[in-house]
Parts: sequence; structure tokens; C-alpha cells
Amino acid sequence: MAIDVRIPTILRSYTGGAKSVEASGDTLAALFADLDARYPGLRARLVTEDGSLHRFVNVYINDEDVRFIGAMDAKLSDGDTVTILPAVAGGAGPLTGQRR
Amino acid sequence: MRYESLLDACGDTPLVGLPRLAPEVPEGAPPVRLWAKLEDRNPTGSIKDRAALWMVRAAEEAGTLRPGDTILEPTSGNTGIALAMVAKRRGYRLVCVMPENVSAERTQLLRMYGAEIIFSPAAGGSNQAVATAKQLAKEHPDWKMLYQYGNEANARAHYETTGPELLRDLPTITHFVAGLGTTGTLMGVGRYLREKVEGIQIVAAEPRYGELVYGLRNLDEGYVPELYDSSVLTRRFSVGTRDAVRRTRQLLEVEGLFAGVSTGAVLHAALAVATEAVRQGRRADVAFVVADAGWKYLSTGAYSGTLDEAEEALEGQLWA
Repeated sequence: MAIDVRIPTILRSYTGGAKSVEASGDTLAALFADLDARYPGLRARLVTEDGSLHRFVNVYINDEDVRFIGAMDAKLSDGDTVTILPAVAGGAGPLTGQRR
Repeated sequence: MRYESLLDACGDTPLVGLPRLAPEVPEGAPPVRLWAKLEDRNPTGSIKDRAALWMVRAAEEAGTLRPGDTILEPTSGNTGIALAMVAKRRGYRLVCVMPENVSAERTQLLRMYGAEIIFSPAAGGSNQAVATAKQLAKEHPDWKMLYQYGNEANARAHYETTGPELLRDLPTITHFVAGLGTTGTLMGVGRYLREKVEGIQIVAAEPRYGELVYGLRNLDEGYVPELYDSSVLTRRFSVGTRDAVRRTRQLLEVEGLFAGVSTGAVLHAALAVATEAVRQGRRADVAFVVADAGWKYLSTGAYSGTLDEAEEALEGQLWA
């Protein structure tokens, strides 16, 4: 089972700079355990000591927030994409209006 | 329709059907319909008029806000513009804290309303604007920060107006979909509809920006608005820039509705739940929020060129 995991910039020091890595697991908990075996120390940045997601870490399975679909027990299927992101303040945000 | 003043014209916005955009239902299957709540029809053109008016009224009633007072708020967008209008009409000075890379249109509009602007470092985005405003509030104890992210009057505006309007116009509502920012809309409407409609689904669409926005943001210094209560929501979708722009354009092309980019993200989530209902053969009346029209976003590049070009132009911008 191959899951594509998108790594935020701040955590790429664990993945040798890779933006996305492959890992496996049939639940999010299993996936994180597999990730930690491949990239030691990564799991502790995402999960607290009691095994729940850190407050300011958001994780999505195919664009859906895992906290509403079972959290660490959320089910994964082959080909799923898992995205890890830091929580940011939303609402009336700035627009730069700048084109590169 | 006649109103005594501009402030009285806040709310009671149209709910319009989108029959061309709704997913096709097989013959004999229950109907799946899509409805747009046009919040751009508020006095300053966005849903934030409701929150601004309710927050100012609540502070006035509590006696914390008196004529001539200075209001401080971290915002560079719709809340700032809405507050600027309310402040002007009611005789308050307004100071907005916004990231320094905000668009010229916003700065101009806010200054025309007489608002003062204090810039926070661009690199920190809206998290930094919130932090800077909190610091300023400490330095100026006489300034009144309404603080939309934690002010219960923000959510109450929607509990008392947006929610009841939706139920009045669509008693058969099954899903409510809105953007997740301060979380005021979803918390207020969500709580109201959960009390009144059995099995109602409250669906959040959260913008997923380009990588530049998240940058090297520290995972331990993240930010969750004080208003947010996850138990009000049923589901929460993360919608990327490309899908948001694609849906914003589709809304204009198929239904003739010109909306801001955040509405594209909300529509993307609304279509996801509508399509799911069709697949499950269930009846659905999906109502979603059009937070504002597209005018303020024309300079961002979201509406011109190819999807690839728009996506690139929006990289590094907070479009919701």
C-alpha cells in the first residue's frame, strides 16, 4: 500500500528536503509509525505524547481534515494523498496583488 | 425595499438556486439542489458587514465602546472595510493592523473611509497581524480591540440573522457549506441549524494556500481562532488554489455569478457533498455562502489567463 505524503517546508529537514515521500499504513497512526521508521523524529513533531495530533498541526486525507474522519484511526487506501500543514489564521487575509 | 440608513440594509440577502451547476440526478432519483447565499449584497459588499455591525453594537451595549473611541482590529480585508463603514457612521476612529504586502486597492479603500493602517511584517502573514494587534492593544489600553477571531458577537450575528434567513428561505436544507476563517459564520449558522434541522450537515471549506504562504511557519506557534469549536462541524475540506480558481470561473461561466476566489473554494466543497448525495441516491439541498464578489481580487490575476497562470499569480497570496 503506497500513500503519498506531502511534507510542509518546516519538516523537510527530516526528509532530506523532499516535498513529498511515500509511506504505508492502513490508518493514519500506522502511516505515522511507518514514516517515523523511515524518517526518525518526524512523528514526534506531529503527535503528542498521549498519541493525539498536535493542536497546530492539520492533516488531510485527500483534502479532508482527519479530525472529522477518525483522527489517528482514519482509514487509508492505496493511492491516497496525505497532506500535513501548519494551522494558520484565516479570514480576511491580505492579498499582495503582486505578480511574479 | 426601503431602509432608513445603510446600516439597516445589512443582511436579508438573496438565496439563489444554481440549477446549471448542480450535479445531474438519474431519472426517478431524489433531487439534489445547490443554493448560493449572496452575501456580496451587503452594504460594503461582503458577509463581514454582519459581524462588524454585531461586534460594534455589542460593545456599545456593554458600554465598552463610547463615541470618539478608537477601534483596533487585525484585518486587511472585508472586516476592515465593514468596520470602517460602521466606524465612520457611528463616530469611531479605526486602526487596522495588516501585513505590509497588502494590495493597493485595500489600502486605498480603507484610507478613503478614514481608517488608519499599521503594517505588520509580510513574512508572518495574518498570524503576525493578530500578534501585532494584541501587542498594540497592550501598549494602548484605551484602544478597543473587537477581535473578530474571538468575539462571540461575530458568531452571534450569524446565529441571529444568517441562520434564520437560510431556514426561512430553504426549510428543506440538508447541508450548509461556508469558508473557514475566523469561523464566525460556520459557528453561528452551524449552531442555529443544528438546533432546528435534524441531521443537518455543517461543512467547512478551508483555503489551502501556495507553499510560500506556509513558508517556514513553526508548527508550535500555529493559530486556531478562539471562536472555533470543532463539534459544530460535520466535515472540513482543504481546498487548494487551483480548485478554488477553477470553481470561481465555473460559477461565472455556467451561472453568471461573479464571486471572490474564496467562494470558489466553498463551491468546490459544496459540489463534493452534492455529488456524494447523488451517488448515494439521497435528497439534498446544499446551501453555500458567497462571501463577496470578485471586484477586489481582479488585480490578483485569478480571473485572467490560463488556470496555470492564475495559480502561479496567486502563489504566496492569501486569497480568502
